[in-house]
Amino acid sequence: MSDRTTDATAQAAPKQGLNLLHLLLEGRAFFALIAIIAIFSFLSPNYLTASNALTMTSQVAIFGLLAIGMLLVILSGGIDLSVGSTLALCGVFAGWLMQGVELQSLGVILYLPVWAVVVCALAMGAFVGAVNGILVAFLKVPAFVATLGTLYMARGAALLMTNGLTFNRLSGDPSLGNTGFEWLGFNRLWGVPISIFVLAATALAAHLLLTRAPFGRWLYSTGGNARAAELSGVPVRSVQVWVYVLSGICAAIAGLVLSSQLTSAGPTAGTTYELTAIAAVVVGGASLMGGRGTIRGTLLGAFVIVYLGAGLVIIGVSSYWQTVFTGAVIVLAVMLNSIQYGGKGFKL
Amino acid sequence: MTTPRHDETPSARPDASEVVLAARNVAKNFGAVRALKGVNFDVHRGQVTTLFGENGAGKSTLMKILSGVQRPSSGELILDGRPLELSSTVDAQRNGISIIHQELSLAPNMNVRDNIFLGREIMGKSGVDYAEEERQTRALMRELEEDIDPLTPVEDLRLGQQQIVEIARALSVNSRILIMDEPTSALSASEVEVLFKVIRDLKARGVSIVYISHHLEEALTITDHAVVLRDGVMTAYAPRAEIDLEWIVRNMVGENFDLGQPPTGYAMGTPALELRGVSVPGAAGGMAVNRIDLSVKAGEIVCIYGLMGAGRTELMECAAGRLPRAEGQILLHGRDIDELSIAQRIAAGLVLVPEDRQRDGLVQTMTVGRNLSLASIGNFTRGLFTRSADERAIIDRAIREVTVKTDGPDAPIGSLSGGNQQKVVIGKMIATKPSVMLLDEPSRGIDIGAKAEVFRILSDHARAGMAVVYTTSEVGECLSIAHRVIVMRRGRISAEFTADATKEAIMAASGESLVA
Repeated sequence: MSDRTTDATAQAAPKQGLNLLHLLLEGRAFFALIAIIAIFSFLSPNYLTASNALTMTSQVAIFGLLAIGMLLVILSGGIDLSVGSTLALCGVFAGWLMQGVELQSLGVILYLPVWAVVVCALAMGAFVGAVNGILVAFLKVPAFVATLGTLYMARGAALLMTNGLTFNRLSGDPSLGNTGFEWLGFNRLWGVPISIFVLAATALAAHLLLTRAPFGRWLYSTGGNARAAELSGVPVRSVQVWVYVLSGICAAIAGLVLSSQLTSAGPTAGTTYELTAIAAVVVGGASLMGGRGTIRGTLLGAFVIVYLGAGLVIIGVSSYWQTVFTGAVIVLAVMLNSIQYGGKGFKL
Repeated sequence: MTTPRHDETPSARPDASEVVLAARNVAKNFGAVRALKGVNFDVHRGQVTTLFGENGAGKSTLMKILSGVQRPSSGELILDGRPLELSSTVDAQRNGISIIHQELSLAPNMNVRDNIFLGREIMGKSGVDYAEEERQTRALMRELEEDIDPLTPVEDLRLGQQQIVEIARALSVNSRILIMDEPTSALSASEVEVLFKVIRDLKARGVSIVYISHHLEEALTITDHAVVLRDGVMTAYAPRAEIDLEWIVRNMVGENFDLGQPPTGYAMGTPALELRGVSVPGAAGGMAVNRIDLSVKAGEIVCIYGLMGAGRTELMECAAGRLPRAEGQILLHGRDIDELSIAQRIAAGLVLVPEDRQRDGLVQTMTVGRNLSLASIGNFTRGLFTRSADERAIIDRAIREVTVKTDGPDAPIGSLSGGNQQKVVIGKMIATKPSVMLLDEPSRGIDIGAKAEVFRILSDHARAGMAVVYTTSEVGECLSIAHRVIVMRRGRISAEFTADATKEAIMAASGESLVA
């Protein structure tokens, strides 16, 4: 087009030399994953077997689900520390419903069908998220503090519901028609655990939401510059509430998958999972300042963290060292993020 | 006319007995924007040198270079006849150069004493010697005739007093050269008198002062030399004895300053935007906008002129729905829009191009194209999803319409020059097909060519029936495309002019040329 300058050609020359470096930087999570798989396959023949890959990937499902919700929140410029507790609360809530709810005034014990239990658990996650969102968007509580508060409250509520114990009878009773809860965690479709399909479906939905729906555009602009977004007619506050609600729902799905995998729902499940989820998002190249990040990157980040941890276990490195390695990966990722985003953007 | 004591023409080797600090061929580029284009500037020993110029003329950039905040892209500084390289403000202070910034750089949570000695605390035997700091602070305050207790937190002081604290801090480092960027903008008349007395005392002590002010007459009462900058070039310099107000204005504004004429040859429509007795509360209490009445017809271009703090921005943001109003009514095509959100006002045809494009206009993390389409997402959404072909069409049309120079819609927004970024903000709003467009300082920080293009775009759309209201603090821009010029002063409309008004009359009505 005539009104575009010829700067493109002028700038192309210096870029060429940087291309390889640029490619490595852009795809760092992907190359890290390839490197991890290659190194551990070399060190241990058991690492890249089909069964181990599936085991590792179903672990990825839990963190991946949390990380997808976390990405949405981080894109908006916030952070959600409550996802680990929400995961436990929703798991416990589902377990509590599966045990049967005794309605004393009617003198009956209500056994909900599994689909209703799932819906209730998701609603619980959405509720915790809505509390976070309203605190952040309308009451102007800093996201870090608001979600730190709900982290404690949700954990406390989960402990209260079970008195600190764990619900073990989740398989239901055929005579009551509420069987099938373990389907999520145990069953396989074409040899692949259902949890992986759940992750894939959630990731696809979130990807479409971010790239194709108006909401995605609103979210990226809110995180990039909330003031400019607001003046452009973006409903910034509803976007902020919705990302926390979606993050809560993702945590609830993860909670259902986890308690189904374990066939038990414990109130201490998911402790510190929020940190793993944040790590996955950051390793996946998202900016903690908001506005930058993709579902693809976040999934890769979740794979990197889980595959690295599992690999270290398989070659017999002590779990203390695993913690050190995971920390080093996170620091490295943040460093690379600031290299990628630091130079760009601000110019008078 | 008296004979100048010293030849004012900046020479390659400044007379070291007269000129304490000199800038030679100093240029500064910010990316594609040339803020300074080779400026020569002399600071006279023990005298006040005032720098005049409109916003964006390069005054602040030059001051930042003199005080070590920024390094020049080319050219050199000469201190006492020797070349000088400043790497930081600390370095500048070591050479006796201090700056008092226009935006106060005090820590509001700390007290006066700690602010004055911030970063160079006086150390005693057991840590900081607060008693000595306090004694020196009291001495400074006595000198400035200001009754401020050294232990008062800065946030409890009035803005004028904070300015005094800032001046006290600069004095406390025993500067030989003191740069004051708009030191009186927040001061009351009596505080200005005190400041001027301090400046005379400083001169008597041999301190050289560089002074910047928008209050032209006020500056004329204190200055010994005048230097005028325009568009990054020094256009005139003279000793005080040889100049008057008219000389300054002529050199500041320039004579052949063609930004277009008001579009004519069409009939204006019915009132598109009406403000009736609108008041907006200010951030610091009181009313930033005080019972303003304004009616703008379809196809009409209205310019609002005023100094900083006159209430222009508050008025614009209130009309756009960003700020709540205290009283009054805002009508869009006869319909009260009080209940509408920003998004609903955009849908109804009322849009705002904000003053600060970095802070309020652009999303730095997104591409040029996505910034352009941000306000019209609904127009390319079909069902649940956005349609990239429709979006592309909107972006391409916007790029063509506001002539954005870019590598393409996928280029990062930060790769554009200031003028093109501004066109993106305008293009984003034009893409929503508005009937009323408010622009707050649309020409701020963009070069003259881009300014002319922005005004041409506004002119074209007014011809097509859009009502346009823009604000400016550059008087030359009032008399370009506007059919009417409204002058605001302290929240009220102080005068209204037609397109044939004079610059002097407009400036007088704004209070610019009068001592506050």
